[in-house]
Amino acid sequence: MIQGVQIDLISEDRLNNLTSMEKIHLILDKVRQGTIVILEKGLEPEEQSKLIEMTMKEILPDDFNGIEMETYPAKEDNSFLSRLMGKGRHTSSARLTVIGPANQIRMIKKDKDQISAWISTR
Amino acid sequence: MDIFVQTRNSFSRFLSAFFKKKRSRIGIYGPPNAGKTTLANRIARDWAGDSVGAVSEIPHETRRASRKQDIRITGANGHMITIDIVDTPGVTTKIDYKEFLEYGLDKDEAITRAREATEGVAEAMHWLREDIDGVVYMLDSTVDPFLQVNIMMIGIIESRNLPVIIAANKIDLPDAAPQRIRSAFPQHPVVPVSCLEGKNVEELYEQMVHTFR
Repeated sequence: MIQGVQIDLISEDRLNNLTSMEKIHLILDKVRQGTIVILEKGLEPEEQSKLIEMTMKEILPDDFNGIEMETYPAKEDNSFLSRLMGKGRHTSSARLTVIGPANQIRMIKKDKDQISAWISTR
Repeated sequence: MDIFVQTRNSFSRFLSAFFKKKRSRIGIYGPPNAGKTTLANRIARDWAGDSVGAVSEIPHETRRASRKQDIRITGANGHMITIDIVDTPGVTTKIDYKEFLEYGLDKDEAITRAREATEGVAEAMHWLREDIDGVVYMLDSTVDPFLQVNIMMIGIIESRNLPVIIAANKIDLPDAAPQRIRSAFPQHPVVPVSCLEGKNVEELYEQMVHTFR
């Protein structure tokens, strides 16, 4: 039998139709099954915070150790309107994001234009 | 004193008494083994004659957020802040109990420690969203600061518009490179310190008075 790893690329359109908790459950359900998830549009900081919290609640010895995650940083929004509204520097969502089970994925290299990851089967 | 200045000061104190929070809760956040509890203990010892928690070389020694209340820190210019220090477990996206076996813990102890650590990190993230007024983000200056968890945490803190100071800890070690931390987070004040030896902590206290006032 061929051993392999499933990779799911989730479009921005689909993510835009989900609530924060739906996104987090979608990601964690897939990652717990050993799937590598690539999001076309990253999570908001609040969602990242909840993802860490939910991940911690899902960790089980000898079953699920947590996640490895890498993303391009959010683009800075220094527009006049943004500054007028008093928003922070990083107001837009993070960009392309890779999330996988911590025991299967290792990030090798990240720069502003490329993320390299090494993925193993279970 | 000028009558105008007297009136203005009285009015300012009046407004402060009504509208300013009495105490700010300052969370010490950062990855595991950055020295968060060492800093919390130093602050508590220097300003309240007490300590907050135990320290250890084993990651995740701090597994519950612990608070030391009512600490008054006075700056060189006489300004004073009254804060609660919240020492938090090291933030991470993964915890494997097998990591603790390498430090001599047996399997049951390691599993218990991992379970407590996961609960502690979840609690720390919840606190950050609900109960924290400012952050000292603690980094080990011998380690690459561009880790995803640091980028994420600083992004979360910025999105909540919380005042933040980055403490570049462990400058007593030969591999320390606090300038890497400065270049990673140029938008925030970075204070190089050794919380273990007390080197430069006065500058950190000054920055806290300035930032959290």
